Amino acid sequence: MNLSNRKFIVGLIFLLIGIIYIIRLFNVQVLNDKYKLDSDNNVMREIIQYPARGLIYDRNGELLVYNEAAYDLMVVPKLVKEIDTLDFCKLFEIQIDEFREKFSKAKNYSRYKPSTFLKEISSISYANIQEQLFKYPGFYVQTRTLRKYPRNSAAHILGYIGEVNQSTIDNRPYYKSGDYIGKSGLEYSYEKLLRGTRGVKRVLVDVHNREKGSYQNGVMDTMAVTGTVIYTTIDIVLQEYGELLLQNKKGSIVAIEPKTGEILSLVSAPDYDPNMLVGRAVKKNYPILSKDTLNPLFNRAIMAKYPPGSIFKTVQAMIGLQAGVISENSSFACNKSFVGCHNHPTATNVSASVKMSCNPYYYNVFRRIIQQKRVKSIFKDSELGLSIWSKQVKKFGFGRRLETDFPGIKSGFVPDVPFYNKWYGEGRWAFSTIYSLSIGQGELGVIPLQMANLSATIANNGYYYVPHFIKTIDKIDGIPAIYTKKHSIEIDKKYIDIVTQGMYGVVYEPGGTARRARIHDSIIVCGKTGTAQNPHGEDHSVFIAFAPKDNPQIAIAVYVENAGGGGRWAAPIASLMIEKYLTDSIAIRNKPKEQLILETNFLAAGKP
Amino acid sequence: MRNYRSIFGNVDWVIILLYLLLVFIGWINIYAAVYNEEHHSIFDISQRYGKQLLWIGLALILAFIILLFDGQFFTSFAFPIYAGMLLLLIAVLLFGTEIKGARSWFKIGSFAIQPSEFAKFATGLALAKYLSTLNIKMEKVKTKLLASVIIGLPAALILLQNDTGSTLVYVAFIFVLYREGLSGNVLLVGIFTAILFVLSLILRIQSFNFWNVELSGDKLLIIILAMFAAISIYITKKIKKLWLIISAIFILSAGLVFSVDYIFENVLSPHQSKRINVLLGIESDPHGAGYNVNQSLIAIGSGGSTGKGFLEGTQTKFNFVPEQSTDFIFCTIGEEWGFIGTFFLIAAYLVIFLRLLFLAERQRSMFSRIYGYSVASILFFHFLINIGMTIGLAPVIGIPLPFISYGGSSLWSFTILLFIFVKLDSERLLVLR
Repeated sequence: MNLSNRKFIVGLIFLLIGIIYIIRLFNVQVLNDKYKLDSDNNVMREIIQYPARGLIYDRNGELLVYNEAAYDLMVVPKLVKEIDTLDFCKLFEIQIDEFREKFSKAKNYSRYKPSTFLKEISSISYANIQEQLFKYPGFYVQTRTLRKYPRNSAAHILGYIGEVNQSTIDNRPYYKSGDYIGKSGLEYSYEKLLRGTRGVKRVLVDVHNREKGSYQNGVMDTMAVTGTVIYTTIDIVLQEYGELLLQNKKGSIVAIEPKTGEILSLVSAPDYDPNMLVGRAVKKNYPILSKDTLNPLFNRAIMAKYPPGSIFKTVQAMIGLQAGVISENSSFACNKSFVGCHNHPTATNVSASVKMSCNPYYYNVFRRIIQQKRVKSIFKDSELGLSIWSKQVKKFGFGRRLETDFPGIKSGFVPDVPFYNKWYGEGRWAFSTIYSLSIGQGELGVIPLQMANLSATIANNGYYYVPHFIKTIDKIDGIPAIYTKKHSIEIDKKYIDIVTQGMYGVVYEPGGTARRARIHDSIIVCGKTGTAQNPHGEDHSVFIAFAPKDNPQIAIAVYVENAGGGGRWAAPIASLMIEKYLTDSIAIRNKPKEQLILETNFLAAGKP
Repeated sequence: MRNYRSIFGNVDWVIILLYLLLVFIGWINIYAAVYNEEHHSIFDISQRYGKQLLWIGLALILAFIILLFDGQFFTSFAFPIYAGMLLLLIAVLLFGTEIKGARSWFKIGSFAIQPSEFAKFATGLALAKYLSTLNIKMEKVKTKLLASVIIGLPAALILLQNDTGSTLVYVAFIFVLYREGLSGNVLLVGIFTAILFVLSLILRIQSFNFWNVELSGDKLLIIILAMFAAISIYITKKIKKLWLIISAIFILSAGLVFSVDYIFENVLSPHQSKRINVLLGIESDPHGAGYNVNQSLIAIGSGGSTGKGFLEGTQTKFNFVPEQSTDFIFCTIGEEWGFIGTFFLIAAYLVIFLRLLFLAERQRSMFSRIYGYSVASILFFHFLINIGMTIGLAPVIGIPLPFISYGGSSLWSFTILLFIFVKLDSERLLVLR
């Protein structure tokens, strides 16, 4: 065996390995770009600059929402040295188990990257903590902002913000874990304006995440852009007053400026203090609010579907007049055999029928609207009549979602031909089946915002703007065009005048149903009461109104659940709201009225 | 007998220059790896680069002293040196200090010295001495056994120190034994075993489905092996008794495949199994066991073809790569000097290895030749594992890159290892056998 040949084999093995390594290095260093990127990621950290969220003001420049600094305690597990855990827990007021759990959670996320250890430490605790933080290497504090509501009011309108959930992170690339987003109300609607734009600072860091300087001298850094300031249409004084009037009651008040469609106030009772749903308190308070049997999170003004009751007679009158099936002086006897009524003189014209709210009168009006005897079959005739009627009713904004700048708004319901065909079967229903619509009962469902919109429409003599909350947006001219578009109900002014005259009578003429809605001689209020029948208990009290009669500044709808007649409760509340808005105060003669409302508690009686 | 008195007469300058070059490369890259603006002087003795310069100086003195010796000294004292080293290895087990989990250091003041580094050249000397004795034949079982004991004793002692990396280096002596007559089959069996081990590791976690029959990967491997065995037996049926050998090979292979689980879970420690799994891509753990390799690859890869420039490496400067002045020094070179740098470094090593083989082959003395092969093999093995680990081709085993990694013990031991051979080579004409 010639062993000296083996030197070639050994040499060959050495050479082979060397060549394999060179090929591998050529591949890793020259052909492959992946590692270059990775190395950039390694040393470059993006530090997010959180913008302050936009402020929200009311129509008079009163601040409604601002930001307050809060402090998040961050931790980089790798940098944490041995610390006195007991002392730490005492300082931050947490349990030792909680400490361990949070720490291991942070460690599982990353040993080198910071994660949030404690959220939203208040400024007061922060002052104390800051002095002692040096004892705990690896922990530092990051500033964040929390929403604050100085007026403790308008919770439903303003909404609240909360951390983004996973589906938002997945679907909207702007958001990253831990970001805040508007969850309801205006915070939700105007999220894009309010949130501003995050800035990014790129810094070089070492493996311990220690900053080593800016990346490329900061040429790629972006500044955070503060959220846009928005001015709402809310009159916060009026809003607060409305909330006061509805205390201890269930119901809502919606006030609109008719000329613009601007919502002056939107009260839903019971409500809650908006500061309850801020930051860490959300975890504690949200379950309390959502389990409350009175449902304070439910915004009745836009979500509750009620039968409108007698206020709907104004609509029936206008449709009847426009269709020509009745005239200004049509007279119907108060025949209580089909629908009940209270005792009153016979209504000899439309205005009087509105004033006295005569049920049989509107039974007849509606029968004429529905059954115009265009075809022989009574069923076909009713079908034809109803389809024309329901189209017309929807022009008032009923039965469809008003495209307002507010999330969660309901559309209400206006029954139409397909609905009844499905319900009773085609050809199996006629006027006699659906007559309760005539007085705003039956299948009709209307949200309080739509009622206020009806009032505004009558005040405007036949048109409305979609009610909205946005008045002006900082640095942007005008508001979205949908809020400046006139919606006509296609009823002639002369017919609306007749109804308006009736609504004047409601408040001022003998036999009117809402004489309690009077304010004083210089402010003429037009209104219409309603008493929505409630099979589950006391009737709901409804009132719509606008004032002053000749130059309406405010249109309002008040809906009080389980309160009884509309003239008794809803009307005085509406009048107080109007007075407050137009004169900024309540006259002495109206103080007893105010006193009575404030003292009334429908919740105590309603509770078993 | 010319130049007999001259210390540098007949020395191989190629090796010495390459040695100086590598030591210099090591020094400036240690400077880059631990560079720190507060101590920017490369001579700052409080920093590793300053210390390394001191070690280099001492190493050069050591090299000079070795050249002063008579080459005959190493031949005569091979066994006593070896015995002394064994005693030191035992002593370190008893009185040593534990650093990073290995009880392999003597601490003298603030300095720590690692005897296992020096055991390598002693083992090389002893092996050369034994195999060059008259009437020694590699074919004999007794020779193989005694050679194994010479290699195995220090290896076992180092394993007891819990320094697996340094133990593995003794595998390098396989090359020496092979050159001196060990059957090539040993190499083949080794390679075959390694391949089988890796294959069954990868396959055992997988499962295959053939015609609705679930088969786990390792069972499939055994079926394939059985088929191979059957076919080989069929083809070679005319050769007598070969079927017995093939069957035996098959049974042993199957046994290995089945015992992989056991070896993996009981013989290897968990972090070792994990490193192997990460290397084979069975497990992914970029923050744990895979962290070093991942960061090291990022460092080397981000160097590109020309590198980021001296002191410009972000991966190493910002400490993403661990142990960057010692075991992972190659990363710094890869990141700052790019492919050009790594290519030349590997080329330099290859020149040294092949030059050492060439020098070893020209020896008239068998002792010198065997020792030369030992030097080449040990250096090669360090190169193989260290660079392989940084580029993800070998498991993470912490052994230094010869002449380059930071550390006095390793630099001095490699210097002694190399310069004893340089001395022996310079006297090759004086010895007859």
